[in-house]
Amino acid sequence: MTQPRRETLEKLTPVLTKRWLSPDAWRMDVYEQLDGYAALRKALAVHPDDLIQLVKDSGLRGRGGAGFPTGLKWGFIPQNDGKPHYLVVNADEGEPGTCKDLPLMTHDPHSLVEGVIIASYAIRANRAFIYIRGEAVHAARRLRNAVQEAYAKGYLGRNILGSGFDLDLVVHSGAGAYICGEETALLDSLEGFRGQPRLRPPFPATHGLYASPTVVNNVGTIASVPYIVLGGAAWWKTMGTEKSSGPMIYSLSGRVANPGQYECSMGVTLRELLELAGGMQPGHNLRFWTPGGSSTPLLTADHLDVPLDFEGVAAAGSILGTTATQIFSDQDCPVYATYRWLEFYHHESCGKCTPCREGNYWMVRVYRRILSGQGTHEDLDTLLDTCDNILGRSFCGLGDGATSSVTSSLKFFKQDYLDYIEGRTAPRLSEKSLVGAH
Amino acid sequence: MGFSEETRQRAREVIARYPADRSRSALLPLLHLVQSEEGYVSPAGVEFCADMLGLNKAQVGAVATFYTMYKRRPTGDYLVSVCTNTMCNVLGGQQVYDTLSEHLGVGHDETTADGTITLEHAECLAACDYGPVMTVNYDFFDKVDPDSAVGVVDELRAGGRPMPTRGARLCTLKEMSLQLAGFADPREGAVADGPAGDSTLRGLRLAQQNGITVAGFDPNTPIATKDGGTAPAGSAKSAEAAGVAANKPASDAKPAGDNAGQRERSLKEAEK
Repeated sequence: MTQPRRETLEKLTPVLTKRWLSPDAWRMDVYEQLDGYAALRKALAVHPDDLIQLVKDSGLRGRGGAGFPTGLKWGFIPQNDGKPHYLVVNADEGEPGTCKDLPLMTHDPHSLVEGVIIASYAIRANRAFIYIRGEAVHAARRLRNAVQEAYAKGYLGRNILGSGFDLDLVVHSGAGAYICGEETALLDSLEGFRGQPRLRPPFPATHGLYASPTVVNNVGTIASVPYIVLGGAAWWKTMGTEKSSGPMIYSLSGRVANPGQYECSMGVTLRELLELAGGMQPGHNLRFWTPGGSSTPLLTADHLDVPLDFEGVAAAGSILGTTATQIFSDQDCPVYATYRWLEFYHHESCGKCTPCREGNYWMVRVYRRILSGQGTHEDLDTLLDTCDNILGRSFCGLGDGATSSVTSSLKFFKQDYLDYIEGRTAPRLSEKSLVGAH
Repeated sequence: MGFSEETRQRAREVIARYPADRSRSALLPLLHLVQSEEGYVSPAGVEFCADMLGLNKAQVGAVATFYTMYKRRPTGDYLVSVCTNTMCNVLGGQQVYDTLSEHLGVGHDETTADGTITLEHAECLAACDYGPVMTVNYDFFDKVDPDSAVGVVDELRAGGRPMPTRGARLCTLKEMSLQLAGFADPREGAVADGPAGDSTLRGLRLAQQNGITVAGFDPNTPIATKDGGTAPAGSAKSAEAAGVAANKPASDAKPAGDNAGQRERSLKEAEK
């Protein structure tokens, strides 16, 4: 493989991932040798409002996909309201393509625990929960171990480090439902209900967990906090772009020579990421890719120089999402890829609202028909019409996300659909999967 | 079946993790707990959770059936999940699943006659940089192909416990369910198992080999303070109690206008 150029290498910003190189960083003693819990001591010495201001000044935006400014979210929590406040970490990583939170929690769980304590202190919460995806068993083992170690050290529990601040932290495993990554569905699930989204407003900032003020943040967001507390807002902003500050973990998967996690300055391009990853696999040419998971509209080889920050990707007609770049080549079929994603959304739709529940059900069947060589030209109109009825009419983002690959693949790769319909491409699915398609 | 006193004691421990009056939050871990004793969520398991939390069986059943990880029929010792979502699928995951299904003679969510293996095709398992992936009781076997996957299940059926590529040494589905209920893995060294894989460290190693670090990091950078910076003491415990009293749970845990407890009792009596 060719060595990346120096200026491309300099896009790498190992911050949140840095401790992963130390095999025992998940243990308290090793973590403490690597700046661990220094940020907590520093944070407890200042007023909580100063921490909220610090995070605002850093420009940190949510790492879970939506990119909401974190400091602003913390600032929405009403103070002196006589209600308990809660911090809930969304560790329900499940967006297809996304694989950055699991390694973080597995290899550096204390950075999340430390971030939780600081964030809870800032928003005056005495209870925090990490809602971790059920399937993430090894990450949960490490995380539970870290929480136990933190209690033993006095970083959790009563009167933390003599500050008078109390915090209890529970690691709560989910049970296999993608929808619980949606923050209000997550809260319902955490309250012991089916994970279905809530109507907003009211927002979690005032009526979240147990109808009390709640901040819900992603793993990467909270794990960023100790670094900002230590290095300061100005240092944090030396990375990234003006409106999308800091480092971001980009997860490359698929037809690249070296798939993996690449923590880079926000705004890196796919061209640069591919250079870091040693290029495409031999014999593969880039055809389509997702900038941030399957809920973000597909991009193509024409978008290699789009800055992968919140603004840049939006300007290109997609969404930065979880920076899970799934890379497909000319040997992969965009129609089949979209069909598989739709099977996913169909399976994961919670059933609460009609557009998402019924729309995905029917679109899956239309795709099966097209892929088995029995599609019609009207099917393409049906797909677009269905998407039109799902997007913006669903109860939450799951339905909206489901339409992303459908509309974008039809925009860029309509010929691939026509090739199935007009018989130039051999059917990909057999007759037996067609039951109920007509 | 009746649940053991040990399980009851564990259930009480789980409930104690959540705020008073919010015991329903313990429902998901309790469902993992009953699965750890029976290998699936049986009608008796539903009833156990209902009893422990003061809910009715319909309320518990509605939750148990919503989540994929709660199994409705007896399972094998090992749950083999093959990712067939888009990325793993195009990289060969579908062939892995089809081969295993044929080799084991079972379909999705079915268990081999010897009670060893339950097979399922799974949606994205959050390890796309290692695709195609397969998990056994949710610990990862990376970059599998039909041959290596068959090798893993054959070893499991012969009584062996192949070591996952990442994650801890294998335990049974029941043992793993107990961990999901929030109890520490009791096996010596299991938490330490599982080195970081090559893909996880790829970007980091590239930076390290080329001497790339982020400049200007000073952990002693002062935090700007509004008023000279004194940290307030004081806990919000009393505020929490007041808040709990002022805010009823999102649902009162009973069907509207329905005396569920009484109905349950009448049903039980009628069944006798």
